[in-house]
Amino acid sequence: MPELGRAALLVTLGLSLYALVAGAMAAHLGRRRLARSAQNALVASFATTVVGAAVLLAALLRNDFSFTYVARTTSEALPTAYTISAFWGGQEGSLLLWLLVLTGFGAAAVSLNRGWARDLIVWVVPVFAAVSTFFAFLLVVVASPFATQAAPPDGAGMTPSLQNPYMLAHPPLLYLGYVGLTVPFAFAIGALLSGKLDERWLIATRRWTLFAWAALGVGQLLGSHWAYVEVGWGGYYAWDPVENAALMPWLAATAFLHSVMIQERRGMLKVWNVLLVLLAFSLSLFGTFLTRSGVVNSIHSFTQSSIGPWFLAFIAVVVAVSLGLVFWRLPQLRSPTRLESPVSREAAFLYNNLLLLALTLAIFWGVVYPMVSEALRGEAVVLGRSYYDFFLRAFGLPLLLLMGIGPLIAWRRASLRSLGTTFRWPTGVALATGAVLLLLGAGSSVPGLVAYTFSAFVLATITLEFVRGTRARKVLGAASWPAAFGSLISRNRRRYGGYIVHAAIVMLAIGVAGSSAFDTVTEAKLARGDSVEIGDYTLVYRSLDENVTANATEIRASLAVRRGDRDLGVVRAGKNAYTVEDQVSNEVGIRTDRLTGEDLFVIAEQIDPDGSVYFRVFVKPLVNLIWLAGLVFLLGSLITLWPDRREQRRLVARAAEAGIPATP
Amino acid sequence: MTLALVLAAALAVACVVAVALPFIREPEPESDSLDELDEDERRRLALLEERDRALGALKELEFEHRTGTVSDEDYRAQLGPLRRDVASALQALGRDGREGRPTGGRT
Repeated sequence: MPELGRAALLVTLGLSLYALVAGAMAAHLGRRRLARSAQNALVASFATTVVGAAVLLAALLRNDFSFTYVARTTSEALPTAYTISAFWGGQEGSLLLWLLVLTGFGAAAVSLNRGWARDLIVWVVPVFAAVSTFFAFLLVVVASPFATQAAPPDGAGMTPSLQNPYMLAHPPLLYLGYVGLTVPFAFAIGALLSGKLDERWLIATRRWTLFAWAALGVGQLLGSHWAYVEVGWGGYYAWDPVENAALMPWLAATAFLHSVMIQERRGMLKVWNVLLVLLAFSLSLFGTFLTRSGVVNSIHSFTQSSIGPWFLAFIAVVVAVSLGLVFWRLPQLRSPTRLESPVSREAAFLYNNLLLLALTLAIFWGVVYPMVSEALRGEAVVLGRSYYDFFLRAFGLPLLLLMGIGPLIAWRRASLRSLGTTFRWPTGVALATGAVLLLLGAGSSVPGLVAYTFSAFVLATITLEFVRGTRARKVLGAASWPAAFGSLISRNRRRYGGYIVHAAIVMLAIGVAGSSAFDTVTEAKLARGDSVEIGDYTLVYRSLDENVTANATEIRASLAVRRGDRDLGVVRAGKNAYTVEDQVSNEVGIRTDRLTGEDLFVIAEQIDPDGSVYFRVFVKPLVNLIWLAGLVFLLGSLITLWPDRREQRRLVARAAEAGIPATP
Repeated sequence: MTLALVLAAALAVACVVAVALPFIREPEPESDSLDELDEDERRRLALLEERDRALGALKELEFEHRTGTVSDEDYRAQLGPLRRDVASALQALGRDGREGRPTGGRT
């Protein structure tokens, strides 16, 4: 039923356009019924987008190749799970997912906040509608997922690297993150338009921002693991433009989540916070543009398309209008409060923000430089790994250190004597760790050694905070130590959930430093029975097997692994030859040491007809801490996101005191 | 094809009804003005935010002093200014209550 899909998207476009125009008129003229009508249109646009999405999903599941999109992205032999993931595997489907999430988030954010922030919501609706109008327009006019053709006997299939379980979760999570950043953007622009720049827009969007940020973070880690196990080059992050495209809004949102605390606590940085929200949203649009326009060469850019100019124009309008509004409202955004001391918690947060922003801009420049150089000199010059690694060390290591310093400094100002007392233990732990690691030979990589020393410092401060907090709760009357610990977290979820997220970032830093600064690699061409040694491991090439499945021929080389006299089992690495897609993929072999977190990573680079194989083998210390960090990050994010009844009661009481209705 | 068109038409009609609903429910309302905060309410909201910010800062200082994150010296240096912030926020609210509308006026 392509007609139903097309009609649903056309109605979505109409509803979005109506919500934009009617919402803007209602806000400007102060018309209540028109405002409510615009809100209904926004909510209804979600329902119509659901219908459109259902039509596409049904076409995918029925292998209806009369849909051009279905024929281009799937085949009869494709397993059902990947047939579903084809929804976001191509350009038109992923744009539809964008619109689906956007209208869903818009409907939810407006419905949840139209009671206590009714006067603000009136201005938020047209902003949401403007963004959804753009995406609905693209889907109706430029890139329809419901284009039809004479049905071919089979589809073209899916890019082999996308036929991986991670593709079921990684792209949707990134989209939840990208689109989620529309919510703080819409509220910020709504606040700027209306001049209602009190704290309500921050309160209304705090959890949305956290959700988007957490989804982006987890999505990126899943993507890294996908690259590690599927792409088969021996790493997990290549500073690929599209990887960077997801990292940049996450960094901007991280900066915002820290600086917003300064506004809440001290009433400072109002301009800065609005700018960070605008930056995060603009970068999320830029990320979608990079992924979907085909403007950069990337393992993730699966399409060359015509939507690029539309996206660039939209980003330009968003940036210009946003900056114009900030400039217009500057007098209202100025704060009377000033930074009292460069040695204070707010100053530490500010340094953190400057470093995050500097890192974001350095990455942005690395991403756009090939385009700029091509436009100016006719030659695309790509900035390589060394460029990004330099800035990661220059800005990332101080950021790591600040994660330990910030939470232990007092607000407003801290005396130097207090600092000496506060940091005595963490500094001692860090120096002792550094010294022991130096003795163990970690001095072969200075950045790696510094990263480990700083990580020890941060972990010590986090532990200290939990121990001191739990002790204080126990003194205040908690029945037991576990009860004191539980009450500590539940009474301040943002703070202690945040510490758990910090612990995850430290684990990530340790994993990245271990696997990149202290890894080893060797290459060898082996015939059956030959062996290769790397570190403590010996690998013996035993056999080569072939297995034909529904959509691919799988060739695997088996290597017996030994460490000293101990037999560690078999690692299998090889290639898949996909029949329909006519493509070959690397299928790596990984043996994980669960005790040390180390991986033995084998790539079968080339398989010769005589059965000999050219292998590349890596030993990657501590790499599994990166994936474990993802779980800890998720835990910390969930604690931070969990609704806080005390805070809700306080907000309701405040609304009642101000005379604002607290419920819809 | 026909079924698809019928469903599409039904969808469009349902959306038109949803959009028109506020006008259908209230064809001739007493007032069609938005429930905007007036100047008094906005000022009061700002004062309440100021009060909550000052109280939150004081509470956090107390807890961090109790845990040992904030030293006695820093605690003593900050306690006075924070208490003054709370007092001035409460005074401003009190003045506002006497001069302006009573609290909780709107339902």
